Amino acid sequence: MDLSYGPEYEDFRTEVRVFIEKNQHLAPPPGMGMYHPGPKEQDWQKLLIENGYTCRTIPKQYGGYGGEPDILKNVIIQDEFAKANVNSGLSGQGIGMLVPTLLERGTDKQKEQYIRPTIWGEIYWCQGYSEPGAGSDLASLRTNARVEDGHFVINGQKIWTSSAHFSDMCFILVRTEPDKPKHEGISYLLMDMKTPGIEVRPLVTMTGAAEFNEMFLTDVKVPVDSIVGKRGEGWLVANTTLKHERGMLGDPSQLLSRIESILKIMQNEMLDGKRLIEHELYRDRLVAAQAKTEALKYHSLRLLTCTLKNEDPGVARLIIKYYGTTLSRELSDIALEVLGELGSLYDGSPHVRSYGSWQWRNMFDLGLIIGGGTSQIQKNIISERGLGMPREPKLAETK
Amino acid sequence: MEFGLSDDQKLLEDSVRKLTEAQLPLEKIREYAAAKSGFIPAIWSGLVDLGATGVIIPEQYGGTGFKMLDAVVILEALGRTVAPVPFTGSAIMAPVALLTGGTDAQKEEWLPQIATGEVKAGVGVTEIISTRDSKGVSLSGDTLNGNAMFVIDGSPADIFLIAAGPDNMAIIPRNAPGVTVTQLKTIDYSRMHCEVKLEGVKADLLGGKGKAGAAIKQTIMAGRLALAADTLGAAEVMIGKAVEYAKERKQFERVIASYQAVKHMCAEMISELEPFRSLVWYAGHAYDEVPDEALLNVLLAKSGIDGAGKFIIRTATEVHGGMGFTDLMGLHYWYKRVSVNRSLLGTPEMLRNEAAIAQGWLAA
Repeated sequence: MDLSYGPEYEDFRTEVRVFIEKNQHLAPPPGMGMYHPGPKEQDWQKLLIENGYTCRTIPKQYGGYGGEPDILKNVIIQDEFAKANVNSGLSGQGIGMLVPTLLERGTDKQKEQYIRPTIWGEIYWCQGYSEPGAGSDLASLRTNARVEDGHFVINGQKIWTSSAHFSDMCFILVRTEPDKPKHEGISYLLMDMKTPGIEVRPLVTMTGAAEFNEMFLTDVKVPVDSIVGKRGEGWLVANTTLKHERGMLGDPSQLLSRIESILKIMQNEMLDGKRLIEHELYRDRLVAAQAKTEALKYHSLRLLTCTLKNEDPGVARLIIKYYGTTLSRELSDIALEVLGELGSLYDGSPHVRSYGSWQWRNMFDLGLIIGGGTSQIQKNIISERGLGMPREPKLAETK
Repeated sequence: MEFGLSDDQKLLEDSVRKLTEAQLPLEKIREYAAAKSGFIPAIWSGLVDLGATGVIIPEQYGGTGFKMLDAVVILEALGRTVAPVPFTGSAIMAPVALLTGGTDAQKEEWLPQIATGEVKAGVGVTEIISTRDSKGVSLSGDTLNGNAMFVIDGSPADIFLIAAGPDNMAIIPRNAPGVTVTQLKTIDYSRMHCEVKLEGVKADLLGGKGKAGAAIKQTIMAGRLALAADTLGAAEVMIGKAVEYAKERKQFERVIASYQAVKHMCAEMISELEPFRSLVWYAGHAYDEVPDEALLNVLLAKSGIDGAGKFIIRTATEVHGGMGFTDLMGLHYWYKRVSVNRSLLGTPEMLRNEAAIAQGWLAA
């Protein structure tokens, strides 16, 4: 057990700190990725890339920093920007998922055309995966594309397409080989969102906001060279991206700062003449959740170590999505419940606390438990891949 | 940056596991449970040979001179095999008490004997944490009177270290005049705790009169960490047994491991346990290397893994169906070990309250 980073990395940490101090006046406020990056975001992004604080390993020729992969440096960068609460650069599905996929599977032309403007914030992407009938069982998707006059012609419907209303491009999964088994009939296409035939309708969620969209596709024509990988290989290509998505370490820093926020509420709000923290029942719940959060903090160091040593942490990694989203919801539950009736206020109501953000958070946490592989799907993955338990046989096989 | 066990630590765990697994097939566990002694000499001498009984005792006192995280690794292995040895009391709590608060003479007298396993120590600190049945030991002049409940590993012990109020701790040979030992029987027969009644017992006070406050606190902290590590090992075994059983047991022409209802129970168990493994390891590391963080992390680790353990012993038993409820399957030995650990040295609620106080959350 050695939790020091060593002198080389401590120097790097200092360097990052100094950069943040000197330049933070240029940074746009940390955003939620709910709008298209403007000039201020783009300039900040370019400054971060020049210094190697984001898009660190993306080759120079595609507009990245061109550094060697170094997970510890990534962790230090994340840490320092989070501590200073300074915008750490653009995120989103284009940078997070499409770019790594193109680097691994794209043609030279696709890399040339898309990577630079994507990481510089000029092209914003949405992801066209889920469909009304294809959620957990994504590979059963039915949006189809036939080839006609050098184009794929796409018809169908996508859902849960966040950011579609301001995105420039979409990476989309469509069925191109209807006669093949479901995993082998899918292709991965890059689609310009200005193409005729795309209709985006906001999907208002239980929070009252439209965090997602539905996307209707009618005879949308996409040139045949906008395919990534070969026809029918879309599932494999998409899994390249999923691998990048799942490669993320559990990031407990957000949960730790939530504990701090709830503690502040409990130290300031009064109930029956006593501060909330002085009520044993409420205090007990906060400490119980803190224990889980601290456990997750050290757990992610354990996972980080495995990544550094190129070891497979097995089931220890598979639990992260399920554990983290469950805990996240538990924390917002506590915030709401210790506030009692006041916790139910929302939408700019008189007496509302924290702008009603805990109510929003609590609902959105439920969305996170469901999205990106529901807790039930996660438990299947944990038990099958982590504990070696068999898959549930398909209906026909049980006869 | 390396968060995890070293190769030496993995080797240590492996050696302890090999020793205990070889000695403790289910029929042997049944035998010792029936004998109610909480002690198998052959396993104890095996641990002595490995240097485990002196793991945290410095070499100058005949110990191995390792760190608390090494002890955590041993405890995890002992929990895995529900080993009937007084390790928590004798190899963890008593040495910590002596090392933190003992005079040189007390250290020289007792530590070498504890390291070699010749002397086994039981530790009584229950009433410093919480008092029930109006028990407790008081000191007047240099004489001790009263009852210490749940003296950890007290039943096979040769000496006792017993707290008399928050600032005094006495070292008492079992055969000292005025000492009466009553064995307590919990559901767990793998470690036997006891009640020690003291009537006019002459006290050899740890560090001198009124000098043991810090040592008592440190001893309680180390004991809690030890129990957390023990639960970690025992609970992990229960999950493993549940998964294995589910893969073999068939109902409706399928192994029950293929039913999502069963799989999800197993997934929930491992998800509850694994993060707390990381926290228990960190608490063990912090004990020596980041002392400022040790107390909070021990409190969070023990209360947390007690909660996870409670869920796991219930769920793993349920996965086994009716068989889980039988003596034949023997699963209950692990169940009982985890269950009793949860109640010792403070319940989860008490520990969480202490954690809030330790962080200054109640200060105005």
